[in-house]
Amino acid sequence: MAGMQKSEFENPVINWIDTRLPIFTMMQKEYGVFPTPRNFNYFWNFGALAMVNLMIMIMTGIFLAMFYQPNTGLAFDSVQHIMRDVNYGWLIRYVHQNGASMFFIVTYIHIFRGLYYGSYKAPRELLWILGVVIMLLMMATAFMGYVLPWGQMSYWGATVITNLFSAFPWIGPKIVTLLWGGFSVDQPTLNRFFSLHYLLPFVLVGVIFLHIAALHITGSNNPLGIDVKTPQDTLPFHPYYTIKDSVGICVFLIVFCGFVFFAPNFLGDPNNFIPANPLQTPADIVPEWYFLPYYAILRSVPDKLLGVCLMFASILVLFVLPWLDTSKVRSARFRPIFRQIIWVWLLAVIVLGICGAHKPEGVWVVLSRIATLYYFFHFLVILPVLGKLERTLPLPESISQSVTGGRGGGPLPSGATAKPMEKA
Amino acid sequence: MRALRSLLAATLATGLAAIPLSSAPRAQEAPTPVPQHWSFDGLFGTYDLESAQRGFKVYSQVCANCHAMHLLHYRDLEGIGLRDDEIKAVAAGFTVPQGLNDDGTPKEGPGTPANQFRSPFPNDLASRSANGGALPPDLSLIVNAREGHADYVYGILTGFADAPAGFTLQSGMNYNKMFPGHQIAMPQPLHDDQVTYDDGTPASLEQEARDVVTFLAWAANPELVARKRIGVRMILFLVVMTGLTYAAKRKVWSDVH
Repeated sequence: MAGMQKSEFENPVINWIDTRLPIFTMMQKEYGVFPTPRNFNYFWNFGALAMVNLMIMIMTGIFLAMFYQPNTGLAFDSVQHIMRDVNYGWLIRYVHQNGASMFFIVTYIHIFRGLYYGSYKAPRELLWILGVVIMLLMMATAFMGYVLPWGQMSYWGATVITNLFSAFPWIGPKIVTLLWGGFSVDQPTLNRFFSLHYLLPFVLVGVIFLHIAALHITGSNNPLGIDVKTPQDTLPFHPYYTIKDSVGICVFLIVFCGFVFFAPNFLGDPNNFIPANPLQTPADIVPEWYFLPYYAILRSVPDKLLGVCLMFASILVLFVLPWLDTSKVRSARFRPIFRQIIWVWLLAVIVLGICGAHKPEGVWVVLSRIATLYYFFHFLVILPVLGKLERTLPLPESISQSVTGGRGGGPLPSGATAKPMEKA
Repeated sequence: MRALRSLLAATLATGLAAIPLSSAPRAQEAPTPVPQHWSFDGLFGTYDLESAQRGFKVYSQVCANCHAMHLLHYRDLEGIGLRDDEIKAVAAGFTVPQGLNDDGTPKEGPGTPANQFRSPFPNDLASRSANGGALPPDLSLIVNAREGHADYVYGILTGFADAPAGFTLQSGMNYNKMFPGHQIAMPQPLHDDQVTYDDGTPASLEQEARDVVTFLAWAANPELVARKRIGVRMILFLVVMTGLTYAAKRKVWSDVH
């Protein structure tokens, strides 16, 4: 009897279950009364949005898998069969196809939120690292999913990306053969990509569970980047943040529906409406938009191995970001210089994205090289040095003082005058 | 704040600057299609069914001699407004493969609504062999599969001309203003009065091209009408839902601020 839960639920059925398996108590603790900083702005919606997006992807994906044929001779037509003959198949497919883009939009904003407000700093380093693992898993999943329709861009994108691994000396070609299951992108490749594309989202669910578990140990960061000190600094998650996340979910769904119903192929490539043809290379092989910045980094270097290493490094550097940024102050709001250069970094990423969409010729090579250099300069030089030199603004004493003080017309904490992100 | 704004402006400016830069080199390779007005454009656009039906006639009498549309079935013609009996009659007008005879030889017979559109050639090799080595692409998705979409296909069909002086055409090739490189294996398929329309519409080259592109656009995106109709309702519902949710949020948070 030692482990039995003393349940406080009145409903006898819930009480009976909860006494034996306290999932209701857990939900109540983690999502009901969970103390959450009271000063979140709408940037804190994007984790919940990513979660909703993942569930949409898994649900639509399960139905697509009921009709999809992972066979090089049938895959392309089976997708068109879904689009044309399956009841509302076009809807399920377009939701899944555009859902991938939406997933990256919300996740990238979620990551930028973390960068801007210093959510990666102690004690949330592991939370952040798990987040980077999630991003890598998402990328692998999205890449393999894009191969499945077996159009021209599916096939040639898969060929180019898997071939990157051949740059590594000695082991490279062996990795590529292993990925292909043969000596070119072909039936075994498609088959294993389908299998892994179905598997990885559930791995993703597991890592996201750890991400949230870690979050609930350290507690959330907040726009001020200061620790929660008293109960006055927090609100129970429900109803305050369940309703606030719901507003975000509605707006997110409007954007999502805008793509699905009115521009379902806006983010796609016309070449993928042509069945894969190993004998005919498209004029431009371009990855999906969410990979363009990395693609630009890859192509900014004349040496293949160095390009591949830089491309992987552009993500791996995020793993050590908590230790590269030497500033003790989390939120950009109190870091007058960081608050500006973080936008320069974002500009560099956007420039890289634009460069990635163009052939590496002329001005695009120069631009992508400058942006690549700046990308790494930001993480490897600016952040370590800036943390030592920057004169940060005085931090408010507490979240509650800042919130009520800021609204009540009392003396403002100097940083609170500039609140570019604050809406709540 | 000022720095932030100027940075955002710089971002925008870079993005905008990229647009002419990006289209300039491509323009040399392939001309940009002239935007046409299509019945299926815009948030509420639907297919002009009479035009699509005329386009089906153009496809059947002209394009179908070389181009397959293997993703379509005769039953799908319901989508351009044909009635069941009309579809049966159309399908019966084509001789299509019907599996095997009892002795194992291929069997053919009149089509039914369940049959795929008849392909002009049994396979790609036969198709290439009959077309001087060039493969006429399947047209089921052609409108989606080309940069420029409907405008591009219209541009190809109306873009045939005599090669300008000094332009050397390879043998068997034809000059086309829209085609990348201007050399296309397909001879001009449509001319004035190539077909005779049942509804008396004058069959000019432009009219035929417009009609067949409307048909091909429908063939590539048969779900478009239902998609937009549902989309408008979804967005309206979500806008109301957002308003209600936001009002609820304000009420819940009223004791905090």
